Amino acid sequence: MPGDHHLHHDHDDHSHLTPIEARVKALESILVAKGLVDPAALDVIIDTYETRIGPRNGARVVAKAWADPAYAARLRTDATAAIAELDYSGRQGEHMVAVFNDAATHHLVVCTLCSCYPWAVLGLPPVWYKSAPYRSRAVLDPRGVLAEFGVILPAAVKLRVWDSTAETRYLVIPQRPPRTEGWDEERLADLVTRDSMIGTGLALNPSGIPA
Amino acid sequence: MNGAQDLGGQMGFGPINPEAHEPLFHGEWERRALAITLAAGAMGHWSIDESRHARESLHPVDYLSSSYYEIWTKALERLLERHGFVSAAERSEGVPLTPSTTPRRVLAADSVRAVLARGGPTSRDKTGAPRFRVGDTVRTIVISPAGHTRLPRYARGKTGVIELLHGAHVFPDSNAHGQGEQPDWLYTVAFGARELWGREADANSVVSIDAWEGYLEPA
Repeated sequence: MPGDHHLHHDHDDHSHLTPIEARVKALESILVAKGLVDPAALDVIIDTYETRIGPRNGARVVAKAWADPAYAARLRTDATAAIAELDYSGRQGEHMVAVFNDAATHHLVVCTLCSCYPWAVLGLPPVWYKSAPYRSRAVLDPRGVLAEFGVILPAAVKLRVWDSTAETRYLVIPQRPPRTEGWDEERLADLVTRDSMIGTGLALNPSGIPA
Repeated sequence: MNGAQDLGGQMGFGPINPEAHEPLFHGEWERRALAITLAAGAMGHWSIDESRHARESLHPVDYLSSSYYEIWTKALERLLERHGFVSAAERSEGVPLTPSTTPRRVLAADSVRAVLARGGPTSRDKTGAPRFRVGDTVRTIVISPAGHTRLPRYARGKTGVIELLHGAHVFPDSNAHGQGEQPDWLYTVAFGARELWGREADANSVVSIDAWEGYLEPA
């Protein structure tokens, strides 16, 4: 109604916001008003993680490792440098280690103490990765955690859990799905899911189902 | 600190429930929370270690009932107040009331990509040789510091094997409290699940932590 409209004209009226929305808005307004943050920089930060840095980066690393044995060898020896060859580097990816799944061993990555995650190759972590159920149980009951993600491995497969307690960031290289011989890297990358690079999933097989 | 953040091995949190087709942000405020946290951190007045300690210092009830961006925001409020940038009164009024500390730098839009691409490497030069070698058996120390530590409770007093040596890295336990970087050798130490959790644990699971040399003793 036109008569109610003026109630919402006042820019300082944050009553329509949830408490956390109001807290963030207040903080941002003060930081900008004091010249401590540049509003244009905030937009570039958001755009970087929405459009440039995400799990497609990691998928390209994995696909290249599958397609190029020499690259896979460099990734094993110095993952930070090998990943930088593809121009992925920086915040929350300064010290990378790649761990390779095979028939005998399956790797799983967690941060029990906070939310450490290889941003440079996977982007921002999903909510579940940062939440108490995953962080508490990935180290205690990794097979049960994998089962919740639909990954059932034979008991003979060793589960290797990496708790990211320092600035080292771990990227799981999933096993290459069968029947992908001769595929180029872009096509291979389509099979590499985010979860397969955390270890809570497997790469997809050529028909789009976890291999 | 033995805070709510130290979740490894706790029980009762229920299923993980990953969200299908999860959006990158759940609402505009999460975008803004991420951006102001990174931009404020880029002023250079606190380390990632101090940030983590501010987050884990939330009351356990608050920590466990907050989403991760809520945890970030509440910690950012504390950091900005501690370092003289934004007071509690300003937060409640929503406007500047007092002059703030002069920032060492302000992140400019045209340098964001370069700053993010550079990140904040924590490797440091250190003279001398590491005490342990890959393959050595070690035991973690038992500590319960009131301040920041990256040695989780579930891995204290446990015997494991050195699997990787990462060189020397900034020591968070000192750096979080303004006591300097004190770089120390950093290792990956692997423990059998039964060493950590007892005889009913999966015999074929191995869990590692990254541990600074000061956390380790020969076993």
